[in-house]
Amino acid sequence: MGACNSAGGVKVSVRNVNLYYGSFQALRNISLDIPACAITAIIGPSGCGKSSFIRLLNRMNDIINGARVEGSILLDGINIYDKSVDVVDLRKRVGMVFQKPNPFPMSVFDNIAFGPRQHGRHNRMELQEIVERSLRQAALWDEVKDKLGQSALALSGGQQQRLCIARVLAVEPEVILMDEPCSALDPLATLKIEDLMRNLAKQYTIVIVTHNMQQAARVSDMAAFFMMEQDRAGVLVEYGPTSQLFTNPKDKRTEDYITGRFG
Amino acid sequence: MEMRAVFHKKLREIQDDILAMGSMVSKAMLRSIDALKNRDLELARQIIADDQKINGKRFEIEEKCIQLIATQQPMASDLRTIIAILNITTEIERIGDYAVGIARIVIMIGDELPLKPLIDIPRMAEQTVDMLRRSLDALINRDADAAKKIASEDDLIDNLYDQVFRELLVFMAEDPRTITRATRLIWAAHNLERAADRVTNICERVVFVVTGKMEEIGASKY
Repeated sequence: MGACNSAGGVKVSVRNVNLYYGSFQALRNISLDIPACAITAIIGPSGCGKSSFIRLLNRMNDIINGARVEGSILLDGINIYDKSVDVVDLRKRVGMVFQKPNPFPMSVFDNIAFGPRQHGRHNRMELQEIVERSLRQAALWDEVKDKLGQSALALSGGQQQRLCIARVLAVEPEVILMDEPCSALDPLATLKIEDLMRNLAKQYTIVIVTHNMQQAARVSDMAAFFMMEQDRAGVLVEYGPTSQLFTNPKDKRTEDYITGRFG
Repeated sequence: MEMRAVFHKKLREIQDDILAMGSMVSKAMLRSIDALKNRDLELARQIIADDQKINGKRFEIEEKCIQLIATQQPMASDLRTIIAILNITTEIERIGDYAVGIARIVIMIGDELPLKPLIDIPRMAEQTVDMLRRSLDALINRDADAAKKIASEDDLIDNLYDQVFRELLVFMAEDPRTITRATRLIWAAHNLERAADRVTNICERVVFVVTGKMEEIGASKY
């Protein structure tokens, strides 16, 4: 179980982070503390660096040529950009769900068992347990328990996305990153995922990037508003409790964005 | 660039509606005092009948607010404005009810001889109506300082009420035959005192719109 032993504390601490793609600065001087066992939403206009930011948290930007990171990102106090950190191990602890559901072209069972197998678990009984637990946690078990052997590609979009969440849960992560997890889903499937997120937040630290401000308002505990500056670098404008950010933001730019006075 | 022009236009329309409703109620209040001064029963009945229009306006504004919340998901200061308007429209409607209260007193008094020329009661009404008008201006201008100042003026109304009360008490003490008439005038003054308290509530909502803080300002001594 991805137990939240540090509930109430800081899970990820981002300190003075700059991100460059070649000569272009994508993020400037970002500092924020992401609380454990809570949902933190990242909002902001297109191109403000939301996705770049979230991808920093499990070093997904490493695979982009010319990407360079300054500053530190501490996961439970350890800098994940430290040379001693094993990226595979990091991504086991910090899982990710993408915008479009991306099940592997294999059975439901094998999709979920994929991660644990990669990490060296092959005992059939054990895998069965992991698959059932993960699917239950992802609120998908009842819908797929009779078709575990069928192709995951036959599931509906909403089911596929929950499958992808189950796949992340199977490797028992501590942090789950979600990059626009509902943008390809219909409203009902979206609400299901949001409910699921609220349940998962009891055990996991969740960071979600969303274009849907209502979703951020509905689902998150903390919200961060990012914006692009003149040179197109993303900056953190305001970060605080969701209840405050959406009713009484402190910064005029946040106010203007969330009330639709600029976009 | 303005991204939600249609929404913000609708929000401005609702604020215009609030001003219109405020002016309907101000008129009702001043007319109720005219009716009281002139013992004009016809005018009193008219004020009571016209209250339906004020109530109708209130429901119209509430309906528009609900529509905007349901369809536009307002945020931040827009959300605070709509919530404040829902509260303010109730306060204005109640001020309208106080005007009706005075009109009913006029009908009760009927053609009894006046006890005394009315001075402080009309003054209370003018002051209250002026406070109401300025409180709605403060809403439109998002002026929390003005709202706080207006709320503090409730003390003037309370002082006038004290004065009316004391004066009428003297009448009653000197001549018990005046008790019925004097009591009715106290009721009228009491309606005005309550109306001014409602204006204070409006001012609190204006402060909420501007600052996001819910705070009680200038609590009335009554």
